[in-house]
Amino acid sequence: MTAVLARPAGPMHRVVSVELLKLVRRPATWVLLGLWPSLQMVFALLIPYVSYRRGASFEGSPPEAVLGSTLPDRLVENALSGLPLFGGALLLTLGALLTGSEYGWGTLKTLLAQSPRRVRVLAGQLLALEIVLACTVAVTFLLTAGASALIAGAEGAPADWPDAGAAALGFGGGLLIASTWGVLGMLLGTLLRSTALPIALGLVWLLAIESLVVNVAAPLLDFFDSAQAALPGVNAGSLVAALASPEATLDTPGVAAIVAGPQAAWVLGVFLVGATALTGLLLARRDIA
Amino acid sequence: MHAVTGTGAPPITTRGTSVSEAVVVAAGLTKRYGTRTVVDRLSLEVRRGEVFGVLGPNGAGKTTTLRMLLGLVRPTSGSASVLGIPAGQPGAAVGALVEGPGFYPYLSGRDNLRVLAGYTGAPVPRVGAVLETVDLADRARDRYRTYSLGMKQRLGVAAALLSDPEVVVLDEPTNGLDPAGITDMRALLRRLADEGRTVLLSSHLLGEVEQVCDRVAIIAQGRLVTESTVEELRGLGRLEIEAQPLADAAAVVTRLVGGDRVSVVDGVLHVQAEPGEAARLNRALVQADVDVTGLRQTARTLEEVFLEITGDEITGDEGGATV
Repeated sequence: MTAVLARPAGPMHRVVSVELLKLVRRPATWVLLGLWPSLQMVFALLIPYVSYRRGASFEGSPPEAVLGSTLPDRLVENALSGLPLFGGALLLTLGALLTGSEYGWGTLKTLLAQSPRRVRVLAGQLLALEIVLACTVAVTFLLTAGASALIAGAEGAPADWPDAGAAALGFGGGLLIASTWGVLGMLLGTLLRSTALPIALGLVWLLAIESLVVNVAAPLLDFFDSAQAALPGVNAGSLVAALASPEATLDTPGVAAIVAGPQAAWVLGVFLVGATALTGLLLARRDIA
Repeated sequence: MHAVTGTGAPPITTRGTSVSEAVVVAAGLTKRYGTRTVVDRLSLEVRRGEVFGVLGPNGAGKTTTLRMLLGLVRPTSGSASVLGIPAGQPGAAVGALVEGPGFYPYLSGRDNLRVLAGYTGAPVPRVGAVLETVDLADRARDRYRTYSLGMKQRLGVAAALLSDPEVVVLDEPTNGLDPAGITDMRALLRRLADEGRTVLLSSHLLGEVEQVCDRVAIIAQGRLVTESTVEELRGLGRLEIEAQPLADAAAVVTRLVGGDRVSVVDGVLHVQAEPGEAARLNRALVQADVDVTGLRQTARTLEEVFLEITGDEITGDEGGATV
């Protein structure tokens, strides 16, 4: 007979806390998560507002309509419109860095050699990522709200905010989209056990392949027209479109109501759960070389 | 390096019903990658409280064996357990450094250990204690990327000790260390064993293994060639006796130790003998009127034994002979 000695693992809140430490201390996290709200503010509010102040039209819209697109009642779409495309690219990169670096630096090997449960490693990373993403979506909403309020105040325009339900739905939808991209990045990083290739493949998919399918192939062939409804970027764009106010013009690249909002949310949920399960399976089953 | 303090670590609970001396067990471990067999039906046992060395030339399968014992790599066949817990299942009170240290370059040494402590449940004060143990306390707040190779290696050892493990697995622990660091590491390994921990280390530095290990396993081409104590492996030492007349000397010595242990090489009598036999043989030769003009005692090194067993070639490397 052999004695079976078990060491209790660290509590989950400590696991999440150290995963947060890793994310927060990592410069790439700040760069990537700082870029998204910054770009969002520039393209959703700053450029349209400067355009309005100069009396010019913006993408064919009269100046008054341009001003209207920056006001508080457009909070949800102004906070989320970049998420399906450039925000998604940044968050996919963050996810790939989160898991892919663990292989390159040998940190996963160091950690697993101390005999923790592998699924706890993934759970810790996921929860920490969710917390960071939730904070980022919230900050984006707050910054957008603040800037819209300033514009409304400066121009004497009405500050009609979306109701709490719409704002909450917007936040939830934004978090769902952000999480899906982040977890897809984590899956690619785990699958390819590196960072450069997963990021490159993710970006090519997001910025090139989906765009070609939607803009070139789908109008020509029925197969692609149907298939695009299963693409994560298309569903992210459709969800933002569904969450936007009825008056929104939806002229941001990547945002289009190709499928209905509830369907888009379900498809993104399937991507999120599927990518998480596959990442867990890979982590649990594969050798750590 | 300083004494290891084992206070404050998470308690170890016993789920089994009896205690065996073998705390690390490999039974018929085999790992194949495609058609290449890296480890071939390897079985060994490491007993509680001993320093056990796994020796072998580069590519012999040492690291793969350790990875399988730690559950990092799944064996193609065979089984392994540490402290009764099958390899790959979590919860064994084991700390390990495998194939070099791997840490987050942007975090300090202290924060890197805090990350590991979060997963293993080691209390935060333990981080400072193990940093003291490996002499890294004064650089604990510096980023890992600024560490020298030796400092990185010491942080890796600190990580292995962090959870106050009962079994410590170290793969080439002296890699990158300067001579003083190597000496400190040897002392640390012995101290760990003195504290009742079991140490399993792999190395290609024969001098290192010879000085710190109680028992060794020699692996070549993925197979266990032998498993034994260092003393048993070295076997009997050799006495070289210069005496006149040589024939009389040979006769006296043969009568005392047996002909199979005596030979004459270049006019010198070679005798396989225990170290304590030198005085007895000298006395007998003098009493037999043989003039003893020289008597030297030589011991076989582990290096010689290793080469006999594996037939591999020695190459120079840091800290001693390597294979």
